[in-house]
Amino acid sequence: MGEIKKIKNLKEFSTSADRFEGANLLCPGCAHSIIVREVLNATNDDLVLSASTGCLEVCTAVYPYTSWDASWIHIGFENGSTAVAGAEAMYKALKRKGRLKQPDREPKFVSFAGDGASYDIGFQWISGCMERGHNIMHVVLDNEVYANTGGQRSSSTPIGGSTTTSPAGRVSYGEKQNKKDMVAIMAAHGIPYSAQVAPNKWKDMVKKIQYGLEVEGPVFINAMSPCTTEWKFDPKDTMMISDLATDSLVFPLYEIIDGHKLNITYRPKTVIPVEEYLAAQGRFKHLFKDEYKHLIKEWQERVDKQWEMLQRREEAGV
Amino acid sequence: MAFEKMKLKEIEVWDGNMAASHAMRQVQIDVVSAYPITPSTPIVENYSKFLADGYIEGEFMMVESEHAAMSGCIGASAAGGRVATATSAQGLALMMETLYQASGMRLPIVLNIVNRALAAPLNVNGDHSDMYLTRDSGWIHFDAYNPQHVYDLNFIAFKVAEDHDVRLPAIVSQDGFMTSHTAQGVRTLDDDTAYNFVGEFKPMNDMLDLDHPVTHGVQTEEDWHFEHKARQHNDLMTKVFPKIEEAFDAFEKLTGRRYNIVETYHMDDAEVAIVCMGTSVETAAEVAKELRENEGIKAGVIGIRVLRPWPYKQLQEVVKNLKAVATLDRSSPNGAPGMLFNEISGVVINLDKRPVINNYIYGLGGRDLTKVHVAEVFRDLKANADAGKLTTPTQQFIGVRGPKLSYL
Repeated sequence: MGEIKKIKNLKEFSTSADRFEGANLLCPGCAHSIIVREVLNATNDDLVLSASTGCLEVCTAVYPYTSWDASWIHIGFENGSTAVAGAEAMYKALKRKGRLKQPDREPKFVSFAGDGASYDIGFQWISGCMERGHNIMHVVLDNEVYANTGGQRSSSTPIGGSTTTSPAGRVSYGEKQNKKDMVAIMAAHGIPYSAQVAPNKWKDMVKKIQYGLEVEGPVFINAMSPCTTEWKFDPKDTMMISDLATDSLVFPLYEIIDGHKLNITYRPKTVIPVEEYLAAQGRFKHLFKDEYKHLIKEWQERVDKQWEMLQRREEAGV
Repeated sequence: MAFEKMKLKEIEVWDGNMAASHAMRQVQIDVVSAYPITPSTPIVENYSKFLADGYIEGEFMMVESEHAAMSGCIGASAAGGRVATATSAQGLALMMETLYQASGMRLPIVLNIVNRALAAPLNVNGDHSDMYLTRDSGWIHFDAYNPQHVYDLNFIAFKVAEDHDVRLPAIVSQDGFMTSHTAQGVRTLDDDTAYNFVGEFKPMNDMLDLDHPVTHGVQTEEDWHFEHKARQHNDLMTKVFPKIEEAFDAFEKLTGRRYNIVETYHMDDAEVAIVCMGTSVETAAEVAKELRENEGIKAGVIGIRVLRPWPYKQLQEVVKNLKAVATLDRSSPNGAPGMLFNEISGVVINLDKRPVINNYIYGLGGRDLTKVHVAEVFRDLKANADAGKLTTPTQQFIGVRGPKLSYL
């Protein structure tokens, strides 16, 4: 185990040596780059990274440039998790055989993928990696939509979200299905650590990433990534939207240890109504029409229920 | 327990799958990432048993699909070590996306394909329709006709693929069941000799060189994509054959067993010849010999040993004096002449003197190709050669029930 990086304050954190360059093609206000930098800056360990096809990948490794100052691989849309699992297997093999070039260093293996590449097309690959117990961390950059291809719905898109394949229209309020509960599904694999994080809660993020990188075995992190383009808010408001998401409890922050022990890691001092979170984003604009207002009420009820469930699980401690 | 070497007899009785498994064990692969599928399953099972018994020092990922198998291979190979896997049929079809990614990323992975028909209808027996999928995928492709070839060509495949002037993945194919499950005598190499022939893996742009981070699998659009693909094609066209020749020579020196990019049987004075792949090559060679003795047909056989890169020039040398050629495809072309017909036609099209060429579709879903079938083909060829033109339809089906099927 390497030495855990001490981070005193945000200034120090944000000026840590960057292994992810600011020179990339992501949209202004995109939370992906914030989250990636938070994950990478949480550790001083060597990193071997992957990205599945998606915004992060197409915006950071366009030949002949790269934004990555750590080894990085992209294969396809569905298999980024298995790519780092393969690299981790090679690390183990070369270590055993005494062929590592830097035998005294222990790199960490992290894959980044969007919700489309994790909840949908890459679901099986991630499940396989979690079940087999590779010593890897999979981080979902969850913007609840196929943003890279123009905003199509994924199984992470929440009810009522208007996307290009579940558009709100004269007779439709947009997405009809509930968001898939990936953290629970991944925890059900019995993995040592799964957690939900958000870019605005950087201390919580750092703690979880550091724990996840130190623990032996597969780790699943679901990172909320507000998308200025598809959620339709002003690029300057990314952190404000993140605050609304965590403080309305639409995105509760918690962790599940060893597949069952749940800890809530952030309790807003003042819980704000879900309506405020929805009102701040263009993708939910239509919900404020008279005929769809009941959906906002239903949404609040769902969030309340979810919060109650999380609290009860935490109390039960099992 | 430390891993151990295995003591082999000079000649072992192995089927093609066991031959592949032992070759994979002997080259000391660092990571095998695999998923079982008939008829290649025993390769993975044998390897698992070697692992369980302490004969494997590398890592073994038993993943959840063939797509994941090759994805794991790609990640492992990019990390910097020796990597291989095996598959068949539907598994290969599922894996296809990643074959292009492996070759485009110039990763020297070795893939054992045990041929099997593609569904529907579902069928577990051998034909070449699965491996035909891989023709344009940028992999080097060696074809084995029997278990001995499977064993030998695996060593050659690793040696060529991992050469720093090549850095391309390689397929070794064998016929499902006919080779994979038919035990024959296989002359072995001892573990050290086998390993030393291939040598220690020399990494290049390895992700695990932590002092030199590398980006693998970049995006290139209209500004650079063409150059990447052109470079890959160029290397396949110009760099691979010399390395294969070198490996074949070195292997012959070591074992006395000679391989050639194009294999020829009874071709010295042949007037007519069959071109085919896999186990059919040996069947056809035997029939050619018999027909020479019994019917005076100057028959010969051309076996494709290396399907990719396509040995265009080498084949020109072999076919240029022939009067008639039959191309035998063990795959339904589904609305076209067979692959070997088209590619051999391309070989002869600009020669001064061209043989008459026809096409036979045979053996789909494991249907036997008998010596009687092959003799009929040679008699067709003799008639075409004597007439100096086609006396048969361009394309015929062999051994299928019902009225004779022929086209064009």
